[in-house]
Amino acid sequence: MSALLEVTGVTKRYPGVVANDNVSLTVNAGEVVALLGENGAGKSTLLKAVFGLIKPDSGEIKIGGTPIVFGDTAGVISRGVGMVHQHFQLVPVMTVAENIILGDEPKRGIFINKKAAHDEILALSKRYGLEVDPEAVIEDLPVGMQQRVEILKALRKDVKLLILDEPTAVLTPQEIDELLSVIRKLADSGVGIVLITHKLHEVMAVADRVVVLRGGKLVGATSPKETDEAGLAQMMVGRSVVLQVNRTEAKRGAVVLEVKGLQVRDDRKILSVKGVDLSLHKGEILGVAGVEGNGQREFVEAICGMRHREAGEVLINGVATKDMHPHAVHEAGISHIPEDREKHGLVSNYSIADNLVLNQFDQTPFAKGWVRNLAEVAKNAISTVEKFDIRTPSAFNSASSLSGGNKQKVVVARELSEELPVLVAAQPTRGVDVGSIEFIHNQLISARDRGAAVLLVSAELDEILSLSDRIAVMSDGKIVAIVESKDADRNYIGRLMAGLKE
Amino acid sequence: MKMLSKRNGYFLVAILATGFFYFNGSDVTTSVYATGTVFALPLALAAMVGIMCERTGIVNIGIEGTMLLSAFVAFFVSSLTQNIIIGLIAAIFTGSMMGLILAVMAVSWRMDQIIAGTIINILATGLTSFLYVQGRTIPGVFQSFEIPILSKIPFFGPVLFIHGALTFAGIIIILALYVAIYHTTWGLRSRAVGEHPSSADTAGVSVVRLRYINVTIAGAIGALAGAYLSLELVGSFERGFTAGKGFTALALMIFGRWNPLGALAAAMFFGLAQAYANQLMIDQIVNIPSQFTAALPYIMTIVVLTISAGKVRPPAAEGQPYEKGQA
Repeated sequence: MSALLEVTGVTKRYPGVVANDNVSLTVNAGEVVALLGENGAGKSTLLKAVFGLIKPDSGEIKIGGTPIVFGDTAGVISRGVGMVHQHFQLVPVMTVAENIILGDEPKRGIFINKKAAHDEILALSKRYGLEVDPEAVIEDLPVGMQQRVEILKALRKDVKLLILDEPTAVLTPQEIDELLSVIRKLADSGVGIVLITHKLHEVMAVADRVVVLRGGKLVGATSPKETDEAGLAQMMVGRSVVLQVNRTEAKRGAVVLEVKGLQVRDDRKILSVKGVDLSLHKGEILGVAGVEGNGQREFVEAICGMRHREAGEVLINGVATKDMHPHAVHEAGISHIPEDREKHGLVSNYSIADNLVLNQFDQTPFAKGWVRNLAEVAKNAISTVEKFDIRTPSAFNSASSLSGGNKQKVVVARELSEELPVLVAAQPTRGVDVGSIEFIHNQLISARDRGAAVLLVSAELDEILSLSDRIAVMSDGKIVAIVESKDADRNYIGRLMAGLKE
Repeated sequence: MKMLSKRNGYFLVAILATGFFYFNGSDVTTSVYATGTVFALPLALAAMVGIMCERTGIVNIGIEGTMLLSAFVAFFVSSLTQNIIIGLIAAIFTGSMMGLILAVMAVSWRMDQIIAGTIINILATGLTSFLYVQGRTIPGVFQSFEIPILSKIPFFGPVLFIHGALTFAGIIIILALYVAIYHTTWGLRSRAVGEHPSSADTAGVSVVRLRYINVTIAGAIGALAGAYLSLELVGSFERGFTAGKGFTALALMIFGRWNPLGALAAAMFFGLAQAYANQLMIDQIVNIPSQFTAALPYIMTIVVLTISAGKVRPPAAEGQPYEKGQA
């Protein structure tokens, strides 16, 4: 019997980069193959080629022994391949049912059979134990639920091969556990699975085999039995990676940032930050732990002037900052690494060089009066790209051409370049590979060591535990506890995050 | 819920007003509504062109040009062949071709869609001005006829069921488009392509193909709107014949929230306002200068757009060229 998926010698070139260089890959029925690699290593490109979304320049892709036509997504789907994409492929204004049936709709004459669609989705969600409301509108659902819809969409046609491109990037720990058990169950029922993830413990937990890409080339294959997380990280990056952050004792100084009685409403006008008091000292990292959707996003946005403060105030060195005025807040001394880098961190169509000076483009040395000093901008770009190891053919390419992790490096590099007294970092390593995580973590520590007050908000408890000097736990819009990190106990914090008392 | 009650409020006011007028003078009211329908139809049809394109994410500001050139072709081919059916067919072919040209520019060449639409408009204005000759006539227009039984219903009969063939065709197209957008596979896919094309692409729906099909069919509908003007409503052709109806239609599309029935209601509102103004002048109740009534549609367009601006949500992918594999 031939393998479920056979990729042979696939090469894909983009201007200036070889995204896939003669890559081969085999997946058999019933196994989970983890595809590892740094950001920009070519993992997504390879799987998009398999799914018929892009056309490789050369090579062959066979599903169940017969070659596919490059670029024929509908053909690939009809052969039992499902894909969960890195960025959700859901139409925000449509219902769950409409999104799932799109492309192969149950019909009655020329009309869509809405009843049949509804029933089919209920049956599907029951079969896989993934509960959804078929008539809910996507944009009203939390991300975890949207992910569930994505998975159901991929599973709908009795899939034989399921491709998951970073499915856990936006999920909470509980949702991740659920997803991993679904993946395992599917594999046991005979489905072949290809999984891209940056989280090595997930690979260790669920994969049967591991394939590693670096710089577009296949550099190794192994299995969780033969190696450990450090070994995997080394294969990906090509050097040994310190997964544990080396952190000296904080030299805590005076209070820099003070939040008093802050109340904030979310997009649906529901009070989601319900009175938060917090003081952040010079030279410390204060980690805010919490399950996503407990008000962290609104909390950060309100501090940074991007969201209206319903009540309360935010003071820097004792001076109140202006509400709803990001520029004034920035002037007052807050750097912000936003949670959504695509939306708030970068201007995608601008060059990397311009993105690197977005916060200072009108100041010396990047401008003289009204005139920009492009030579300085270029000089800054070239040295930053070098220093932060931003993987790009040129510092003058558009920011949209970068992979996720490299985009994040651009944002981090820019926000740290000014050395402001306060740094607010929201989910700074989301969707970023281990090599870059190590780098970003070290940057946060060195910002602290130069005397910045760092507010770190992250859904990754491990990140909070390894970086923070103090840990605040946020649950249901309130800070339920603040503990010194040396006294922090993983289980205790986990329980607080889940909203349990002590 | 709030929107629904507001909309019902509008309807209630409209029905009460109609009832009041009808009670005070049934003949005049009926004739005003019939005239209003006639004024509204080309606007509503032109708005359908916009809806079909924008629902799949293509901005079409070339509706005006499509209507103008089609109206011209309809008239001149009818005049040359002395057969209005052949003229109509030629117009529909012309409109489809203009849709196709827009699709090539906007979808395949990924041109800026405003510029692509402007090219269509300039092309149409130039061609019609250049090829126009005075003094031609056509053998007649699409004559009004009565739909048996239905036309005998008081008020609704004369308003809706005594018209020319193109009016009936237009009304059927508008209703069919409404059903198609919300209840068929084609509609679901079109909306998905207009909102989030990569979702459609990853579900195996060809974004490029669907955009080509819709923009081309929309061109044919625009041709019908143009041909209606020259072959049914007026029976002639002049330079600048469409007088900005294609642009007004875009405003109606927005006012109607990209919903065919919404746009139809908006067009009826426009048509009725114009019909009332005409009636007031005829009756000499008020002595408004005719220039003012002529300017009325444009003034109303500005008012309507000002009121609805910012409150509506266009298809999210509108105006953005799609490149496969960018997901």
